[in-house]
Amino acid sequence: MRHIISILLENEPGALSRVVGLFSQRNFNIETLNVAPTEDPSLSRLTVTTVGDDRVIEQITKHLNKLIDVVKLVDLTEGNHIERELMLVKVKALGAARDEVKRTVDIFRAQIVDVTPSLYTVQITGDAGKLDAFLQAMAPVGILEVARTGVSGIARGDKVLSL
Amino acid sequence: MELLSGADMIARFLQDEGIEYIYGYPGGAALHIYDALFRQDKVKHILVRHEQAATHAADGYARASGKAGCVLVTSGPGATNAVTGIATAYMDSIPMVVLCGQVASHLIGEDAFQETDIVGVTRPIVKHSFSIRHPSEIPEVLKKAFYLASTGRPGPVVVDIPKDMTAPTERYEYVYPKKVKLRSYNPVTRGHTGQIKKAVEMMLKAKRPVFYTGGGVVTGKASEGLTDLVKQLGYPITTTLMGIGAYPQSDRQCLGWLGMHGSYESNMAMHHADLIIAIGARFDDRVTNNTSKFCPTAKIIHVDVDPSSISKTVRADVPIVGPASSVINEMISLVQGHNVAHPEALTEWWEKIDGWRADREGKLYEPSKPGEALKPQEVIEALCRVTRGEAYVTTDVGQHQMFAAQYYKFDKPNRLITSGGLGTMGFGFPAAMGIKQNYPDDDVVCVTGEGSFQMMMQELSTCKQYGVGVKIVNLNNASLGMVRQWQDLNYKSRHAHSYMESLPDFHMLIEAYGFTAITVNTLDELEPALERAFADKHELVFLDVKVDPFEHVYPMQVPLGAMRDMLLSKTERT
Repeated sequence: MRHIISILLENEPGALSRVVGLFSQRNFNIETLNVAPTEDPSLSRLTVTTVGDDRVIEQITKHLNKLIDVVKLVDLTEGNHIERELMLVKVKALGAARDEVKRTVDIFRAQIVDVTPSLYTVQITGDAGKLDAFLQAMAPVGILEVARTGVSGIARGDKVLSL
Repeated sequence: MELLSGADMIARFLQDEGIEYIYGYPGGAALHIYDALFRQDKVKHILVRHEQAATHAADGYARASGKAGCVLVTSGPGATNAVTGIATAYMDSIPMVVLCGQVASHLIGEDAFQETDIVGVTRPIVKHSFSIRHPSEIPEVLKKAFYLASTGRPGPVVVDIPKDMTAPTERYEYVYPKKVKLRSYNPVTRGHTGQIKKAVEMMLKAKRPVFYTGGGVVTGKASEGLTDLVKQLGYPITTTLMGIGAYPQSDRQCLGWLGMHGSYESNMAMHHADLIIAIGARFDDRVTNNTSKFCPTAKIIHVDVDPSSISKTVRADVPIVGPASSVINEMISLVQGHNVAHPEALTEWWEKIDGWRADREGKLYEPSKPGEALKPQEVIEALCRVTRGEAYVTTDVGQHQMFAAQYYKFDKPNRLITSGGLGTMGFGFPAAMGIKQNYPDDDVVCVTGEGSFQMMMQELSTCKQYGVGVKIVNLNNASLGMVRQWQDLNYKSRHAHSYMESLPDFHMLIEAYGFTAITVNTLDELEPALERAFADKHELVFLDVKVDPFEHVYPMQVPLGAMRDMLLSKTERT
């Protein structure tokens, strides 16, 4: 099963490599990885999506918790949560396709953020499924470049991941 | 307020931390630190002949004493030479702090002379690592390093120190930090009371229980408690290789050690048990054999200070995260005043175990006949007699390691010093050196083989420099015995590169360093040679014992089998 694990990590040099290294060292899987500082400059928030059965996920969270630089973590998939990814896509936009792309962008509630005579740069947010569907819809038109951030997520309701 | 340079802070910190010996090898990036060590006399630096030996020596000391060992190496090759020793300590959860010189900060990343990203190189084999970024943080970082190395599940910690951090010209305030705080590191101090209660209830109701305890009991200093608990219950106990001596092996309740080359009765008892009480052990593949066939009728209680060790390879029915000592003490107080529920079943269980024991009594190996080559097993038995079972025994890796563990009887923890997890050839001799320096009045013997010994024999020179009187028992079968055994069993005796054509004359080699060597060829020469070797505690003596090259280590678990599936000799199997 797919799990989304969010981690509060010491904002220290090398901390990220310990997390990433752990996954390769122990033969765990990383599907996406997203990391940025938080409102507390001493902490980064790292979100990783991974796939494994319960035993593997238990090992992943235990080993992550063992890392000295990991301050706190939560498996978001254990409860209700919001999951988002941001994607920037350059698509061909020539002739009749130009309108077609615009319509699809509207349907997906995406935005065109840059324009040239021959292409659109589209920004879209959503869960992984929505982004995949958008790419599928754009494939016939011609996708030139894709930049995805990887999943970021947060729990629904009162639950808060903080110190 | 005291102003010290980074280098002087390191020297002073080590004094304040109570470090007596530091093992190392100088080089460019570490020279400021070496100069600071030179200008004081409390911390004694031992100059090894290869950095790997420094880590093994510190490791040996750590295993024998239960305190963190300390190593100092320079950048680049100095640090990379230490890697095997760091990995050795990591696999066996041994507390160690390794201080590595590094090129000056402004050169990092430029492929400077003797530059290696040692924090990167060692990342998967350390408990944690630090890079010093300002001299003023040295005392705090070092305190954290020692704290992390020696608390919770212990392990090696690397501290990377760029040369400019130790420059003599820059001085900062030094205060020895008595305490450290790490917001993300709070090792558990006790187990969950409810879980412990549940475990004790199961223990009292068990009909075929076995204690299975490991290195965690030794490093967790819980041997006394364990002995009390096991004696109170009257249950059988088997230990891992790393846990040997945590319960006295000469006691009837001790079945020896378990796993690939463990005792017949241990492996049989594990396979037939209805309850396994695992404490400070990690269900390692050399213990469990095939996990899907592991102990089919047993419920499992698993106590470990490291939650990630629990249910890693074998699912625990009652997991208890906590230090062995406090959990055992709680168990003792819960057991007191209660009787076991099924005394008759336990009597039956012991009859069964005693039957397994009797089955193999006197059949473990065939002693040598007059005129034949010595059996390695009888050498270890003689060694045990001559040292009254009280020596610190270090080993290298291979057949001799298994024989030492099987035939020397350990009644105390921290006495068998062996690389169990990583299986590092070359470990034994430098480890013995580290122990002997710290315990000069005890017998310290390295049981080795001619293959392993040649990996670290340059340390004879270190022993000469510091007058280290270790004894070396070289079980010389002129081949890499364990490799050869596997080739006999799995490769139709095609001995690919497991035979050394050109062994040195060990006698001459040892004498070249000014030490005594004795060659032993026959059984009647053996005990006198051992007596002679151990006559003077402060003299290094090397026994080159020529042993039967055809001998195999048995029992040996059958690959992919259950615990009980064993080869018992070249012709028998269970």
